[in-house]
Amino acid sequence: MTRVEFLQQLINGVSLGAFYALIALGYTMVYGVLRFINFAHGDVFMLGAFSGYYLTPRVLPHFPGAFAPIGVAIVLLSTMCICAVVGMTIERLAYRPLRKRPKLTVLITAIGVSLFLEYGGQFVFGPDPKAFPELVVDRPLEHTGALTITTTQVAAFAVTILLLITLTFIVKRTRLGRAMRAVSNNATAATLMGVNIDTVISFTFALGSALAGAAGILYSISYPSIDPLMGLLPGVKAFVAAVLGGIGNIPGAAVGGIVLGVVETFVAGSRFSTYRDAIAFALLIGILLFRPSGIFGRSQVEKV
Amino acid sequence: MKSIFTIPIAAAAVVIALSSLRAQDIVVGEFASLTGSEATFGINSSNGVELAKEEVNNAGGVLGRKIRIVVEDDQSKPGQPSAAVKKLIASDKAVAIIGEIASSRSLEAAPICQEAKIPMVSPGSTNPRVTEVGDYIFRVCFIDPFQGTVMAKFAIDNLKAKKVAILTDVRNDYSVGLTKYFKEYFTTHGGQVVSERSFSGGGTDRDFRAQLTAIKAAQPEAIFVPGYYTEAGLIAKQARSLGIKVPLLGGDGWDSPKLSEIGGSAIDGCYFSTHFSPKDQNPKVQDFVHKYQAKFNAMPDGMAPLGYDAMMILADAIKTAGTTDGTKVRDALAQIKNYDGVTGKITINEKRNATKSAVVLKVNSKQNDYVATVAP
Repeated sequence: MTRVEFLQQLINGVSLGAFYALIALGYTMVYGVLRFINFAHGDVFMLGAFSGYYLTPRVLPHFPGAFAPIGVAIVLLSTMCICAVVGMTIERLAYRPLRKRPKLTVLITAIGVSLFLEYGGQFVFGPDPKAFPELVVDRPLEHTGALTITTTQVAAFAVTILLLITLTFIVKRTRLGRAMRAVSNNATAATLMGVNIDTVISFTFALGSALAGAAGILYSISYPSIDPLMGLLPGVKAFVAAVLGGIGNIPGAAVGGIVLGVVETFVAGSRFSTYRDAIAFALLIGILLFRPSGIFGRSQVEKV
Repeated sequence: MKSIFTIPIAAAAVVIALSSLRAQDIVVGEFASLTGSEATFGINSSNGVELAKEEVNNAGGVLGRKIRIVVEDDQSKPGQPSAAVKKLIASDKAVAIIGEIASSRSLEAAPICQEAKIPMVSPGSTNPRVTEVGDYIFRVCFIDPFQGTVMAKFAIDNLKAKKVAILTDVRNDYSVGLTKYFKEYFTTHGGQVVSERSFSGGGTDRDFRAQLTAIKAAQPEAIFVPGYYTEAGLIAKQARSLGIKVPLLGGDGWDSPKLSEIGGSAIDGCYFSTHFSPKDQNPKVQDFVHKYQAKFNAMPDGMAPLGYDAMMILADAIKTAGTTDGTKVRDALAQIKNYDGVTGKITINEKRNATKSAVVLKVNSKQNDYVATVAP
């Protein structure tokens, strides 16, 4: 492998990983607060893609020429709002009534919600793959020599970093963030201190789902074929990324996503491209054998 | 009291009368990918079947009875075809089965039809193993040893390519088969395969930049991508954005209006082999195109006429057999010679395959351009 090819694969890997990271952030936040894996997260990502599919042709024509970035921002922000509402609704209708039940009940409900969104999506949007409209022209950047980096690759990476910083800020520096950490630490104690658990959990779902919505749009610009089952695999991969980084840990999710993307890309570019997922996942199992709580996870000692 | 009972009894009588009427129909089962990643294959071939059925029924049906199609959707997913075909045979009492386009899914259903001695006619599965399952399995299209050779020949003769790369969908029997036959012909006729990479299709992989980066480094003069249209469109986009300018080549799995929708201008100028061109001036083809457009308000791709021909040949065989008995219909199917179909003259050979010519089309976002016809 030449140096150029190596660097190109690294760019490919990081930009693919950025998508996993974006979705993984949502998984990890919900897990951090509720200790429960929201399997419907990948499907909220799919809803984000479809929201972009329907909004783009209705919004973009009103912003010709130089105003196009405003149109793109409107599509992205309204999609994030729509997904936030969807996320809160799912939590309110499906998860909240089960909050006092065993975790397994909620987990199975989450799988049910996921299937409902997938097959409901087939019914509403139609099951065949659709071509995602050209929201941003995906073209290679100039002056990169033999390497090619496209605009969406840069955008996905930049948005991931930006959201990572914003999230860390929200969780570490705001009142609501402090409440989130309190609920995560001990929900009962947090209630006694006057924290409204329902608000905190709703907010967590809104934030996570908005991220999934943004990821759905960016992903569809890069891979412009969308269908109601598109969330399945990125969802699983992002879940693995979150576990790899240390589930519940925000920078961990981002790093886990990028590690997964890079490993996958190098395997797919090699002669062993057939075993892409097998080798990538074997490596992950290896990492988890040595660091069971993930790269950034703190090992927890169960108190007796 | 009386009136409460009369309505249900009358309704029951109507239902019984209707169902006994329907029992007169000849039931043909069809399994197709009406949804999922290869949805246009199922929808369009199914449209073709529907059009043929209507024509047959309007002309008085076969054996004095109407044909009724029962369609099952296999969602483009493995596992579904066997369930669908079992249901069609056991519960709908289908006398024959039409399906599928995707070879992997035909291969799944074929042993069930063979076991039940129900003839199965595949409109568009080109992998040779499909009809090797048994003597009840037929197809109305050419097979991959021919199709792979056509594209390899085209690369050498028309594109003057000496070095090609191949990107195969390993989850797909069709793609793996086509790769094999393409490679065989290309390497024995002075060509060289400089890079071979693979991916998982069916909506699993959407990122192909890793494979394409490796292919780019090998500097091929063309890239053979024997997959289905969804992936081909995405691969073309990503190849162009990585600065790969050489043409991509494909097989009939590319034949879908979605190819250009997904691939956009990136896939323009690429070539694929298929069964039919709507630009063919043959009156039989033009007649089909007009009827299809009138009914479905869309341009037919290659799968629609295959569905049409499959249904027509089946109706013809039932007519010849004079019965709906599976074994007799099978024998009649095996005898078909020089049937004048929309996709060309169809002769069923001893391996139950159709020997026919292929056309090569050049992708053009408005309407694909006809390039060449290659005879077997």
